[in-house]
Amino acid sequence: MTARLFHIAANTFREAVRDRVLYNLVFFAILMTGSAPLFSSISIGIERIVMINLGLTAMSLFGIVIAIFIGIGLVSKEIDRKTLYTVLSRPVRRWEFIVGKYLGLAGTLVVNTAFMTLGFYAALFYVAHGLAGADLALLIPIYFIVLELLVITALAILFSSFSSPLLAALFSFAMFVIGSFSDDIRGFAGITHGAPRWAATLAGYIFPNFSSLNIITQSAHAVPVCGAAVLANTAYALTYTFAVLLVAVLIFERRNLK
Amino acid sequence: MSLSMQSESPRRWMLAILALASLAASAAVSTLTAGHPPRNDSEEEVLYLQSPRLLKALSLGYSGLLADIYWTRVVQYFGEKHKLRSRHYELLAPLLDITTQLDPHLTVAYEFGSVFLGQRPPEGAGQPGKAVELVERGIRANPNMWRLYMSLGFIHYTERKDYAAAAAAFARGAEVAGGLPWMKAMAALMAQGAGDRKTAVFFWQRLYETSQDKLLRDNAINRLKSLKVDEDIAQLDALQSAYDAKNHRKAATWQELIAAGALQGVPADPSGRPYKITPQGAFEVQRPQDFPFITAGLAGGRETPEKFVISPMVKQ
Repeated sequence: MTARLFHIAANTFREAVRDRVLYNLVFFAILMTGSAPLFSSISIGIERIVMINLGLTAMSLFGIVIAIFIGIGLVSKEIDRKTLYTVLSRPVRRWEFIVGKYLGLAGTLVVNTAFMTLGFYAALFYVAHGLAGADLALLIPIYFIVLELLVITALAILFSSFSSPLLAALFSFAMFVIGSFSDDIRGFAGITHGAPRWAATLAGYIFPNFSSLNIITQSAHAVPVCGAAVLANTAYALTYTFAVLLVAVLIFERRNLK
Repeated sequence: MSLSMQSESPRRWMLAILALASLAASAAVSTLTAGHPPRNDSEEEVLYLQSPRLLKALSLGYSGLLADIYWTRVVQYFGEKHKLRSRHYELLAPLLDITTQLDPHLTVAYEFGSVFLGQRPPEGAGQPGKAVELVERGIRANPNMWRLYMSLGFIHYTERKDYAAAAAAFARGAEVAGGLPWMKAMAALMAQGAGDRKTAVFFWQRLYETSQDKLLRDNAINRLKSLKVDEDIAQLDALQSAYDAKNHRKAATWQELIAAGALQGVPADPSGRPYKITPQGAFEVQRPQDFPFITAGLAGGRETPEKFVISPMVKQ
């Protein structure tokens, strides 16, 4: 089982790395991070803040776009090329195919983020003329970005498992937008009563909570993040991802591929 | 096949050269279109998205970057209007409001923004009330940031001449962890109703010593130099009065004052340029634009003429 998962994940990783879309997006992310010192120089007194905000936002947004655009094609491409039948004719279970695909893309995104992190720190080094020990704390928002990407990748694969790439992209992006409002949805639940309260509470838990995973603005001001928040966000991202992948597997296992 | 490839190659080169030439031509034409139609200060200013809450929602959680973009817009807006010697800065307060609501911890927006808002036109928007509101909001969001109390005291002291409020602000700032001891002294001076030169010198010297920002330090230097000119001119006026009392006329040249023993040589301003003495016996600086905050030593009497006032806070 582990070997099969590893092979599917490795193939997905190889396939994603060969994708031109990935390189274009990574190029633009690096360009944006690299141009941060230029943008920061036209403002007053916030060079470092602009650098952090722009660098981490680029990392997050481009990571999400990569996750969606590659994630939505992972299943449908295999069906279009008829390669899925070859894979499933071997002793590979459908859940292994979905989880393997997920792990492959998640691995790609982690490697991408690692490269972008290097670029980000290089740009920060250039702007601040050096790096301080406190700059290590910026790895926490970057870690949260990785968690965010793990969740969005799972969602992209979920939608890819039952719809066309276009619809899957739309659904995934909509989930990202709604997830960005999760604090507002939960806040709304807190001030309403009756059915709207239940509906808002339910929506607050069904849709992903990206609000707590986005701490870029606070990090730019060196607002400390406690260990409990890191643990809670890690646990949340992993359990939510697990739940989404389970749903994706359930749907894919029942899907008629003929 | 090779023949067709050979004929394709020059064609591609020609197309590439043509594309480059077109790009160069468009760049040349764009320089001609710059400044047409010319912008003027009476143009109606519109801010299409005025709600900070809406903008925060649209930012999808990336409000920090949006706040930085709005802060850059504030700086550019102020710089552009200032260049036009404008007396109207309608969008400054709403832009600052959006910036600080998108990122309440962007303390630089409170610090500089309050200066832009508080200073009299054309140096600023001439809205010290709004400047106070802005900094008070900043203090509520960042109660441990002692520099904001200093900014608040600064506006009350320099723009509103409300020494009691300034004293309260400095005293609050002195209590905050990291707050500087001299803020307590400043509070005491303010409480005495000190609108005098010594208090001003004390304030700007401390601001210069404690500020890390080049623009703030340059501003403090300009203020201190201007205060020195004011003091020099006051001393020269006193010497002139003494000369007048003794000779029943004013000295019209430096030589007359030197010969009378009032001076040992021609006095110079803080930039090293000698002061001028007019035939009427008045004293002036040679380059008033070097001292944007002087109230004496100007042609035609006291008070700074607007044409020479430049804000040291803005990158030109």
